[in-house]
Amino acid sequence: MSKKEWPLWEVFIRSKAGLNHKHVGSLRAADATMAVENARDVYTRRSEGISIWVVESMNIHASDPAEADSLFEPADSKVYRHPTFYDVPDGISHM
Amino acid sequence: MKELNLNELERRFQEKIDKDIKIEPNDWMPENYRQTLIRQISQHAHSEIVGMLPEGNWITRAPNLRRKAVLLAKVQDEAGHGLYLYSATETLGADREETIDDLHSGKAKYSSIFNYPTLTWADMGAIGWLVDGAAIMNQVPLCRCSYGPYARAMVRVCKEESFHQRQGFEIMTTLANGTPEQKAMAQDALNRFWWPALMMFGPNDADSKHTEQSMRWKIKRHSNDELRQQFVDVTVPQAEMIGLTVPDKDLKFNEQTGHYEYGEINWDEFWEVVKGNGPCNKDRIDVRRKAKEDGEWVREAANAFAEKRARKKSA
Ligand SMILES: [Fe+2]
Ligand SMILES: [Fe+2]
Ligand SMILES: [Fe+2]
Repeated sequence: MSKKEWPLWEVFIRSKAGLNHKHVGSLRAADATMAVENARDVYTRRSEGISIWVVESMNIHASDPAEADSLFEPADSKVYRHPTFYDVPDGISHM
Repeated sequence: MKELNLNELERRFQEKIDKDIKIEPNDWMPENYRQTLIRQISQHAHSEIVGMLPEGNWITRAPNLRRKAVLLAKVQDEAGHGLYLYSATETLGADREETIDDLHSGKAKYSSIFNYPTLTWADMGAIGWLVDGAAIMNQVPLCRCSYGPYARAMVRVCKEESFHQRQGFEIMTTLANGTPEQKAMAQDALNRFWWPALMMFGPNDADSKHTEQSMRWKIKRHSNDELRQQFVDVTVPQAEMIGLTVPDKDLKFNEQTGHYEYGEINWDEFWEVVKGNGPCNKDRIDVRRKAKEDGEWVREAANAFAEKRARKKSA
């Protein structure tokens, strides 16, 4: 008797049109179609969504939290990417 | 990255906790923190799953279609809660099958309340009102737990729990306002579930061995006794409102503290039930084991179907 465990899936839900899909949790299912069906029952029992994505967890590649400082450091030092960095003379509007 | 020693890692970890920065699955965490969470979250998951049994017992005998639909939806929610929580344990590296097998072998614990039988329909009222009520008291602070996946699961769970308590209280109210027999049935259910509900918060603070460390790690935010007191304070007036009597002759309101004082909890009973000697412990685990065994062919069929579908796609 095969005791193959169902793979793990990450579930993403679009709560309404115009919003992006958001990670809500995970579940186990034998394949993608069944994962979507299970996600409907587990994560949208109260109309929390209009669209479901499932991704097999092993296909998710993540950045390393221990490297977060060096990974995101380049953005920290570039304050000039924000509009508040610039002086705008008084009286100028629509900018 | 240069290697950090364990002390430094632990110091940084505690610093994050102190700043209320959530811990996520891939973050470094002390082994003890991981194990404590796995134990707590899996116990919680088991409680949700075993918790379906006492109520499942009454689905086919609900007094009308509305009550039946509601109870069915409630029990289905509890299954969902179990699933969110098993998923949360998996983010900590726990093996899902092993976790479930630990329940079935008796190695893992679950909330002792579910080892009491549900003898009458009024028990559905008492469970929703008291047991889900106590669960909410416990779970609301867990929404701020330091471990992200657990906290997020708790937010979902708490949103769903509020209907559970209301439907239970509605059942109790209806019975309490019904015929004398119905009212007696409601009172009897309250009599049987009151003390086990108080035990749900766990041992007194003085006897609770995990509390201190869990508080430091912000897994726990309030002590057992604090939560129990809060539960008594909100629940006693609700019982009075519907004309039922809390079965505690020592219960009295203390004007000075603004809290109810309540009688001694029978901790011997509590520990007996925890040890496996409650009225339904054996039955609950037998049912769970059988459910897993009987479901084996379904899991295999799903795998076979998935393989067949995959072959068709690639053909
Ligand atoms: Fe629940
Ligand atoms: Fe719960
Ligand atoms: Fe519930």
